[in-house]
Amino acid sequence: MNKLFASSIGRKLLVALSGMFLILFLVVHLSINLLLIFDDSGALFNKGAHFMATNPMVGVMEPLLAVGFVVHIMYATIVTIRNYRARPNGYLKNLPSANSSWESRNMFVLGGIILFFLILHLNHFFVKMKFTGDPLLTTVIIDGVAMKNSYLLVSSLFKENFWYSIGYMIWAVFLGFHLVHGFWSAFQTVGLNNEVWIQRLQNVSIIYATIIAAGFCIIPLYFIIFF
Amino acid sequence: MKIYLKIWRQKSPKDKGRFEMYPLDGVSPEMSFLEMLDYLNKTLIKEGKEPVVFESDCREGICGTCGLYINGRPHGNLRKTTTCELYMREFADGETITVEPWRAGAFPVVKDLVVDRHAFEKIMQAGGFITVNAGAAPDANTIPIPRDSFDKAFEAATCIGCGACVAACKNASAMLFVAAKVSHLALLPQGKPEAARRAKAMVAKMDELGFGSCTNTGACEAECPKGISIANIARLNREFLKANLKE
Amino acid sequence: MSILNSKIPSGPLADKWTNHKASLRLVSPANRKKLDIIVVGTGLSGSGAASTLGEMGYNVKVFCYQDSPRRAHSVAAQGGINAAKNYKNDGDSIFRLFYDMIKGGDFRAREANVYRAAEVSNLVIDHYTALGVPFARDYGGLLDNRSFGGVQVSRTFYAKGQTGQQCLLGGYSALIRQVQAGTVTMYPRREMLDLVVVDGRARGIITRNLITGEIESHSAHAVVLATGGYGTIYYLSTLAINSNGSAAWKAHKRGAFFANPSFIQIHPTSIPVLNNYQSKLTLMSESLRNDGRVWVPKKKGDTRNPNDIPEDERDYYLERRYPAFGNLVPRDVASRAAKERCDSGYGVGPTGLSVYLDFRDAIQKQGRKAIEDKYGNLFEMYEKITGESPYETPMRIYPAGHYTMGGLWVDYNLMTTIPGLFAIGESNFSDHGANRLGASSLMQCAGDGYFILPYTIANYLADFIHEPRLSTDLPEFKHAISEVQDRIQRLLSVNGKEPVSDFHKRLGKIMWDYCGMVRNEQGLIKAMELITDLEAEFWKNVKVPGRSTEMNQELEKAGRVADYFELAKLLCADALNRKESCGAHFREESQTETGEAKRDDENFSYVAVWEYKGGGKDPQLHKEPLTFENVKLQERSYQ
Repeated sequence: MNKLFASSIGRKLLVALSGMFLILFLVVHLSINLLLIFDDSGALFNKGAHFMATNPMVGVMEPLLAVGFVVHIMYATIVTIRNYRARPNGYLKNLPSANSSWESRNMFVLGGIILFFLILHLNHFFVKMKFTGDPLLTTVIIDGVAMKNSYLLVSSLFKENFWYSIGYMIWAVFLGFHLVHGFWSAFQTVGLNNEVWIQRLQNVSIIYATIIAAGFCIIPLYFIIFF
Repeated sequence: MKIYLKIWRQKSPKDKGRFEMYPLDGVSPEMSFLEMLDYLNKTLIKEGKEPVVFESDCREGICGTCGLYINGRPHGNLRKTTTCELYMREFADGETITVEPWRAGAFPVVKDLVVDRHAFEKIMQAGGFITVNAGAAPDANTIPIPRDSFDKAFEAATCIGCGACVAACKNASAMLFVAAKVSHLALLPQGKPEAARRAKAMVAKMDELGFGSCTNTGACEAECPKGISIANIARLNREFLKANLKE
Repeated sequence: MSILNSKIPSGPLADKWTNHKASLRLVSPANRKKLDIIVVGTGLSGSGAASTLGEMGYNVKVFCYQDSPRRAHSVAAQGGINAAKNYKNDGDSIFRLFYDMIKGGDFRAREANVYRAAEVSNLVIDHYTALGVPFARDYGGLLDNRSFGGVQVSRTFYAKGQTGQQCLLGGYSALIRQVQAGTVTMYPRREMLDLVVVDGRARGIITRNLITGEIESHSAHAVVLATGGYGTIYYLSTLAINSNGSAAWKAHKRGAFFANPSFIQIHPTSIPVLNNYQSKLTLMSESLRNDGRVWVPKKKGDTRNPNDIPEDERDYYLERRYPAFGNLVPRDVASRAAKERCDSGYGVGPTGLSVYLDFRDAIQKQGRKAIEDKYGNLFEMYEKITGESPYETPMRIYPAGHYTMGGLWVDYNLMTTIPGLFAIGESNFSDHGANRLGASSLMQCAGDGYFILPYTIANYLADFIHEPRLSTDLPEFKHAISEVQDRIQRLLSVNGKEPVSDFHKRLGKIMWDYCGMVRNEQGLIKAMELITDLEAEFWKNVKVPGRSTEMNQELEKAGRVADYFELAKLLCADALNRKESCGAHFREESQTETGEAKRDDENFSYVAVWEYKGGGKDPQLHKEPLTFENVKLQERSYQ
């Protein structure tokens, strides 16, 4: 098995498996986030956030998620550097757009942009919710249970910081592009693909990426438009 | 028609190399691209200059010898076409055409437009075969082969080893080449017994020779003169994983 | 008895090979690795011989001019490979395959050799299948066959239109397996420039490294030539641009006799010459004639769009002249018939030098899908080259130089007149007589390489198991090297004005005009004069740029063309000597009233074997008489 992960396919396998894990995570994350727009009182979102913060399963998943991110980023970086080195002299005239999509060729760049926003994002929400706290994170009691008012923290940022919302949407679009290629590509790399499924998976890729990108865009849009 | 050729000239593997511009008059749209280069060379020879070195052999798209990066694409702008099957009618009068050799660390330039594809040989030697000695084979009809896997094996077997996949890939990856051979043999009952060993050996050799890895851009399939599908790469990944998980 | 001993075993035809094998001497496995064998060429025969000898444990060195053995020109064979499997239950047998080949070759091949080729054909199919060659299969998963090249049974195994490629890649895979195993050493990008004969035996070769220009010598206990044919003597042919006859020619000059050099097959279905720059002619597989109908307009110089020419104004001349075989007549017959129509002014296309091959009726009957399944890749290839779709408008075809039945003379053991020098595949003369039947070249090449030579070479080597490796410092090697270098210097120092390819093209035109599909005494004599003049001009005015110590393609070409001048004269001499018409060799002086080839069995039932007597001297003719004990000589009629 050690040999496996030292091979080119093995390294990509790690990128793909961690990517698949992150793909699942995005679905969960988006589902919780969408609660923001279905209940303006914030109760629904707060309950969701509370569940995520207190459920022991989620507690187990959290460090795993961190590992997922680290593996994904680390191995993607290794693969990219090695791939870059495989062609020491480039072409004078090159027309890659004729044979491949922009996002497929720029996964590392897209990943970098996503990572940048991710850090911002973690700083704005995760760090505050988890560690430092924030004046907006008051305690509310919903259905007799005391919990942090995460809704207030999140919705205030979207309501008050227009440029943050715009940045958030741009991020979502980049994420979408990353996923358009990343989704089917992960299946391809783990070998779950064939002549028939390749087109189907690519279609699912587009649908999935669109749902994720649109889903994440709807939230700031909702707050910009309605508040 | 008159064209302007911007061609990579490099005297030897050690030479730094440079582009040179050659205006060429009297080109006919009916010439194949390589016949146009023949014509350029004749002109150069008559002028006392060194002809451009490029490779070709069968000139009917099957031997895999020819391979030029033409205007930013391997084998030129047409799909499922080798350089020798490309005709000048695809180009405009007055056009500047950039002609470069395949570029990959594993394919060093030998001279001008000729590269050394010996790395492909090494990969094939590592396992691109079925072990059977002459005389040992059973009757050819002993083992029926299901049509579906046979068709896929055939498609994979059409690889001509030209290297366009490597040339096109932004990672200079040889995955489509390796995948085609691994698929061809793994899909046939005759090749199954060695499938695991073959996948591991060929991938290890490919890695060792400095090819990049696959990021599934699909450029290889799009530029492959035989249109070999990247579904074969998924199959290679599968075969490779299966082989490793057995350990 | 002449100096030619064909060593054909006695006994009944069907038992000759079996008995012969049993009487051949062997080399024990322990001794094999002490014996070196050089194989030049990596096509079906070369890769087959090299891998098989490697598997047996000999120390094999393999040479090819390409960057990889996988690119040998066998790769371009399209239609198929014959075997007497009788999977179709249509009455095929080894004897019938043998008979078809003997008759197809117009009774100018050795019975025993042809029978053996048919005999081992089944083993070839078994072996290729085991190597993973994807021959076409039916829905039950079993092998399919088609009828091919003017025979009445379906015995041809095929892999779409790329049978040669698939067989070669199978052979290549076996070869590289031996490279990996260490029994075979591969020397790619080497051109053989001379044969080294020591004490009357072939003991090595001189090669030029095509990358560095270095002249190298290699010694061995035996040398095997698998260097293919010399069809590029016509300049335009269906062969690869670098295919050449130099290795065989060098061997000839060192003492190997050349047999039937003028027997060259002109393939009837090539894409015609389209313009003056053309560098090669692309073959459209003969299998197309299974469904395509050949015709020309009934009216001379009819320039209408072929689709506008009504049925009754079309002359399906093959169906008209040869009702029994129709469009499926053998290649030589189809070629000459096309030439006859074009020469009479009925040819089509801008040059008037082509005929239609029409799929309209086949598409109507079988549907476009069925035709696409069978010929899709060929139609695509045609469209790429000509810009016209054969689905919409008939293909235009014309004959082109293709395959050389002639070659180095070999005995039943495939050994030439130089002991220790073997010739296999297309480079020898042995199995196709005066005309090769479709799909029998892959069969013969592979048979020679896998299942014949490995036995017969052992018989020769058995005498030398104690002989140590030969040093390449011997004077014979040194001498050969200096001759090779002298010639390279001569080529470089002419420093004239005209590029090599111009000379090649001019030579090709002479050969095509006077020693092509139709030959006559006057023309051949004239051709010999023209060749002599052109050769003299070449040595005065050729321009070979660059140096010898680098990759120099012009130098490579120059050497090959220089050899072709010499070979071309031999070809004409042979064609001149054979006053009869037979197979692909058609002498105008010898035809029937209906314009068919007329053999002269009384005077020409022999193999014409030529001995090199030195530069400037006429070659000496030896005759190997052909005797037919198992077939009755008859007029080869396809009417």
